[in-house]
Amino acid sequence: MDKLIKLLRTNARISDSELAVMLGTTEEEVKARIKELEDKKIIKGYSTVFDEDFVSKDYVRAIIELKVTPKAQVGYDEIAREIAQYSEVESVYLVSGGYDLSVMLRCHSLKEVSDYVAQRLATIDGVVSTTTHFFLQKYKESGIMLIDEDKDERVLQ
Amino acid sequence: MDYSKIVSKKAAALKPSGIRKYFDIAAKMDGVISLGVGEPDFSTPWAVRREAIKTLERRKTIYTANPGLMSLREAVSEYTADRTGIKYDPDGEIIVTVGGSEAIDLTVRALVEPGDEVIIPEPSFVCYKPIVELTGGVPVIIETREEDGFKLKAKALAEKITQKTKLLILPYPNNPTGAVMTKEDLEPLAEALRGTDIMVLTDEIYSELTYDHTHFSVISLPEMKERCIYVNGFSKTFAMTGWRLGYMCGPREILKHALKIHQFGIMSSPTVSQYAAIEALRSCAEDVENMRNEYDMRRRLLVDGFNRLGLKCFMPQGAFYVFPNIRSTGLTSDEFCERLLYSKKVAVVPGTAFGDSGEGYIRVSYAYSLNHLKTALEKIGEFVKELKC
Repeated sequence: MDKLIKLLRTNARISDSELAVMLGTTEEEVKARIKELEDKKIIKGYSTVFDEDFVSKDYVRAIIELKVTPKAQVGYDEIAREIAQYSEVESVYLVSGGYDLSVMLRCHSLKEVSDYVAQRLATIDGVVSTTTHFFLQKYKESGIMLIDEDKDERVLQ
Repeated sequence: MDYSKIVSKKAAALKPSGIRKYFDIAAKMDGVISLGVGEPDFSTPWAVRREAIKTLERRKTIYTANPGLMSLREAVSEYTADRTGIKYDPDGEIIVTVGGSEAIDLTVRALVEPGDEVIIPEPSFVCYKPIVELTGGVPVIIETREEDGFKLKAKALAEKITQKTKLLILPYPNNPTGAVMTKEDLEPLAEALRGTDIMVLTDEIYSELTYDHTHFSVISLPEMKERCIYVNGFSKTFAMTGWRLGYMCGPREILKHALKIHQFGIMSSPTVSQYAAIEALRSCAEDVENMRNEYDMRRRLLVDGFNRLGLKCFMPQGAFYVFPNIRSTGLTSDEFCERLLYSKKVAVVPGTAFGDSGEGYIRVSYAYSLNHLKTALEKIGEFVKELKC
């Protein structure tokens, strides 16, 4: 993988000058390359990985497995697009296996999740069934460990 | 009992490793940022760990043959041939040892008589001198210099060769300086040794961790295989320090004697580690490549960082240390390390731990995460700024 992409993947806040030093190139080249990646929409955006216990105390997160009947011409795209419009939806994936769409939700309460599933998702034309899984604990996200890593026990020899 | 009268004079005369000096103090302080360790921060590749688990499940927990599992020696032979073009016979020319350290010890003990001179370039790793002294050998130090890229020069070598010279230790890629020797650097040394009975212990434990160029081994030069003991291991390349596994390759007539010492002192290297090591040699090239890329980025960040602080930093080509020159601060290595520790809680190793010629330098390990290194650099920056006030 591109070394620049690898570095940005786990830390989008590394400065251009630091990136230049680490990659053995110039700051201008780094800027130009990032701009190119952004222009080509290879970099889609930048988000921050938070300690959810701290920032999302008042939220409930869930993954909804959706079985859907794909529509002629547009397949799964139309349903996926519709679901993606909702602000509660953090991500939507088309997956292989026992179900079709994996939808990640972030709501204020269990009730809100169940209302959303019952009233918004289940009623979409083509949705055959839903299975809801609530998040209990998050261990790793976007390559970043969210649990305490092992203490550095290396000693000097 | 007066133990001081009981302990052997040679053991008593050994100085403790200078690497630990400030870290014993640091261990008692809270929140110290260490830049001291000499082992990777990466975990051993999963394929290797899985192989070890499988080995245990299959109850392969007995001794191996003294020189190591034949299948591992075969893998070492292939791996070494692939990198150096030199083929060692797994039957008689390879011993699997407890880390590169044991291979160094065996080499010295198999070769050095009391009074024999052993040439050691410094700054270099702390173990060579004490091991030579234990055998009654005489360490002859060559001080390498920053302006020579901390390389060993043929002229300096020639000046130290006498009738008593038995062995030259060639520690490249070098800990602590990060210096490497290229083919062009090695050829004049080889030329000085051809036609002599001087042996070379080439410690190439960091051979896979070189950055701008692929490592070149002295054994690949004409007429050098026969006068070299080639030492390498798994610790640094595959992040396997705790597995305690290395190896030595060399002339059959020497290794058969070294093997006796290994047999009586060690029996055989850890069995589980040996099985796992075969997997390391055969299937972990990509893991090694990833680690090398990561180290390379940290190396560049640190060298740039120290140069910005006005601590002129030699660009290391190998290993995972930088060796900045701290003379501009007017402090000795010891003073720098002590004050840095007490004022900023950052622990580094004084260059003098690696020989007198390390005076004026500190060793900084980059076997740490980027964030750790950046924080440490900021603190060292504050320290240097405050010194100037």
